[in-house]
Amino acid sequence: MENIIEVAGLRKSFGRAVALDGLDLVVRPGEVHGFLGPNGAGKSTTLRVLLGLLRADGGRAVLLGGDPWRDAVALHRRLAYVPGDVTLWPNLSGGETIDLLGRLRGGLDPARRDALLARFELDPRKKGRAYSKGNRQKVALIAALASDAELLLLDEPTSGLDPLMEEVFRRCVDEERDRGRSVLLSSHILAEVEELCDRVTIIRRGRTAESGTLAELRHLTRTSVEAELAAAPTGLEALPGLHGLETHPAGEGTHLRCEVDTDRLDRLIRALSAAGIRSLTSRPPTLEELFLRHYQDAEPATAAAPAAASMPEAAR
Amino acid sequence: MSTAEAMAGVPELGKLITRRERIRLPIWCYALLASVVGTAYSFRQLYPTPESRARFAATVGRDPALAVLYGKPFDLTTLGGLTAWRMGVFGSLLLAVMSIVTVVRHTRAEEEAGRFELVGAGAVGRRAPLIAVLRIVLGTQLALGVLIGALLTALGMGASGAFLFGLSLAACGWFFAGVTAITVQLTDFGRSAGGLAFTVLGAAYLLRAFGAGSGANGPTWLSWLSPIGWTEQAQAFAGDRWWVPLLDVLGTALLVAGAFRLARSRDLGGGIFPARPGPARGAASLRSAGALGRRLHRGNLIGWGIGLLVFSAVLGAIADSIAELVGTSQQANEIIQRMGGQGGIVDAYLASCMNILGLVVAFYAIQSTVRLRTEETGGRVEPLLATGTGRLRWAAGHLVFPIAGSGLLLALGGLAAGLAHGGRSGALGRQLGELVLAGLIQLPAIWVLVGLTVAVYGFLPRATAAAGWSFVGLCILLQELGPLLRLSHWITDVSPFATVPRAPGVAIPAEPVLVMAAVGAVLTVLGLIGLRRRDIG
Ligand SMILES: Nc1ncnc2c1ncn2[C@@H]1O[C@H](COP(=O)(O)OP(=O)(O)OP(=O)(O)O)[C@@H](O)[C@H]1O
Ligand SMILES: [Mg+2]
Repeated sequence: MENIIEVAGLRKSFGRAVALDGLDLVVRPGEVHGFLGPNGAGKSTTLRVLLGLLRADGGRAVLLGGDPWRDAVALHRRLAYVPGDVTLWPNLSGGETIDLLGRLRGGLDPARRDALLARFELDPRKKGRAYSKGNRQKVALIAALASDAELLLLDEPTSGLDPLMEEVFRRCVDEERDRGRSVLLSSHILAEVEELCDRVTIIRRGRTAESGTLAELRHLTRTSVEAELAAAPTGLEALPGLHGLETHPAGEGTHLRCEVDTDRLDRLIRALSAAGIRSLTSRPPTLEELFLRHYQDAEPATAAAPAAASMPEAAR
Repeated sequence: MSTAEAMAGVPELGKLITRRERIRLPIWCYALLASVVGTAYSFRQLYPTPESRARFAATVGRDPALAVLYGKPFDLTTLGGLTAWRMGVFGSLLLAVMSIVTVVRHTRAEEEAGRFELVGAGAVGRRAPLIAVLRIVLGTQLALGVLIGALLTALGMGASGAFLFGLSLAACGWFFAGVTAITVQLTDFGRSAGGLAFTVLGAAYLLRAFGAGSGANGPTWLSWLSPIGWTEQAQAFAGDRWWVPLLDVLGTALLVAGAFRLARSRDLGGGIFPARPGPARGAASLRSAGALGRRLHRGNLIGWGIGLLVFSAVLGAIADSIAELVGTSQQANEIIQRMGGQGGIVDAYLASCMNILGLVVAFYAIQSTVRLRTEETGGRVEPLLATGTGRLRWAAGHLVFPIAGSGLLLALGGLAAGLAHGGRSGALGRQLGELVLAGLIQLPAIWVLVGLTVAVYGFLPRATAAAGWSFVGLCILLQELGPLLRLSHWITDVSPFATVPRAPGVAIPAEPVLVMAAVGAVLTVLGLIGLRRRDIG
């Protein structure tokens, strides 16, 4: 079966500001695809182009086998969307909004709707403005999840949800995957991505930086190595792919610390064992480190050591 | 709360407001100054001598329709008296609208948009936005009043009358700033706060119209219940009752004090009337963009309908007594004959009423057209367009209201005027038909304005609201000032309302009506084509 989403070389500018600068993105059938990138990288813009709300300046975008701009209405009946910034009609209740959006998409399953309301613990009788941010988000989520769409486009769907509700959301997405739906999930929450996504695409400054399974991405990055050696190692300087090497004498031996490109790990270990390994710890990069590296590369000027779990802001 | 605390943040907010109003505020000022001074100057050119003014006073000055709709004449033998008569009500309305719109924008509308939360978390008193905007509005209007006094004095009018006239206009603006300070505390939404204040303004206009339309034995005191009536009753250049504008000042003080009290007993973002919960499920009918449009516009249309029903009924009810206002003397009889007899006077008056009705409904039409843009910038279009709803279908759900809803309001207005008038004067059937038609022929002119606004929305979405309101404002100014300033037809005919037949009482030619309908339709289609091709958001 062909891909659910195929985007190649997508470009979009707003006046002089370039939002998308040759973006590539492929979402395969039945997969949950993570879509990551610093603030302002172009994630929401990509989703809007895919929804036919924005007209691309160049490149190719195919959604469910159709043209997102030309076939917008027909395609929309087959997908559901949760916007990044949910605003509701102030004089409609949450329940009315859910029903309306579902029906406009071609109907929703009342049993599923009620089950979701219960799971997300949402009171559907409140009027738009009476909802808290998280509850507004739930209204949009329930409307999307209660539909029979083949594809879910979710733009930071859990922003504002409490940890319990986030857990509910994750289980819902898992169920969607089991039912054969495809999901494109833009998110800043790495634990969520790690748990849910089969493949991820990282973008920065409107361009695809990296795309693949998490295992593949890890492979492309560095492993940190720490070792106690019997003697000072030799010839390390000549090794390719070695970074941040630090050695200092410790007792009779040497303490070493460095990072190495994961595909060069083998040669480093051989060099170290020649010096006699007393102890060795090697750690694959955490997801945080992986992303921080990408995010920071985007804007070296602002790369000043952000807290590990939070994302650095890319300058506009 | 101490004064210092209450005033915290007021200067900063004031600067923010001035910056955000840097285009609109000068436009308001210019519109008022240009109308008043332009009119005064034009009167000076047209009626330079006391004899020419006396002639004018004895003819046009005795047209009762003008007295009811535009202002009661007191002394038309001086240039100042002429200006105060012709511009008193108009200027008061202009400043009142300026107050309502500006106060709502910087208080309730800011809260509604959630922006005040951002500001309010700083060292800013709860009442700071209200204080800040009142300072700017009241200050600007006071300055305008003084400026008008100075300019009219410079044109050679009596200084006392000139300054009294300027200040009584400003005082009316003040009063409605006070009214709006109250209404923004009462409701949840900027739109309803504005609606409530405009309702008060409409009532004030009707009270003074009814007072001015009553014969000597009628309830002329009604105009004393109206702040717009106070501008007339100050009798600038004709007795100079300096104490009358003090009523406005007192009223403003009471209203603002009341607003502060109310503000203390409500939450940020909430109104005095709490929001009620809604249904847990959407009604079976809520299943299309059209249904959503009806749901969103329903309340507003009903409100306008009730308001215009009363408005037109009162104006219609005045129609009967209008010929009496001319008087019963020999001279009065001559005037009546010249104006086409009793029937002619009544028809001319009703035609003016229908024309005003058309302009008022134009406000509704633009308000509901601009809704397209506010829905879009509010982010409420995206989720809809991400469903099986196309852009045209979505837009149509809203545009039904300016296009057909306006027609409904016009027909309703004509019907109410006809019932109130025909009900008292007999010949009900004929009156009803004629007046409903006289109301409805304003519709094509409204379609032109709607079409223009939709066209701007399609191609220059950011300018939608500014363009729409400018079109209405321009039509009103051209209509009010065109004849006074003796503007050429080339200029006044820019307003589609200039081409509307002045029914009842005249044959209605099909051509201008059809041409305007076609222009409106073409512009609307053009705008929709633009909407289909552009980015949303
Ligand atoms: N309507 C618009 N007009 C002008 N610039 C825009 C518009 N929409 C987006 N941009 C710009 O395009 C760039 C990409 O924005 P986008 O919203 O797609 O980022 P994002 O990846 O979703 O960021 P975030 O993580 O903050 O949601 C930004 O620089 C933004 O300022
Ligand atoms: Mg975004």
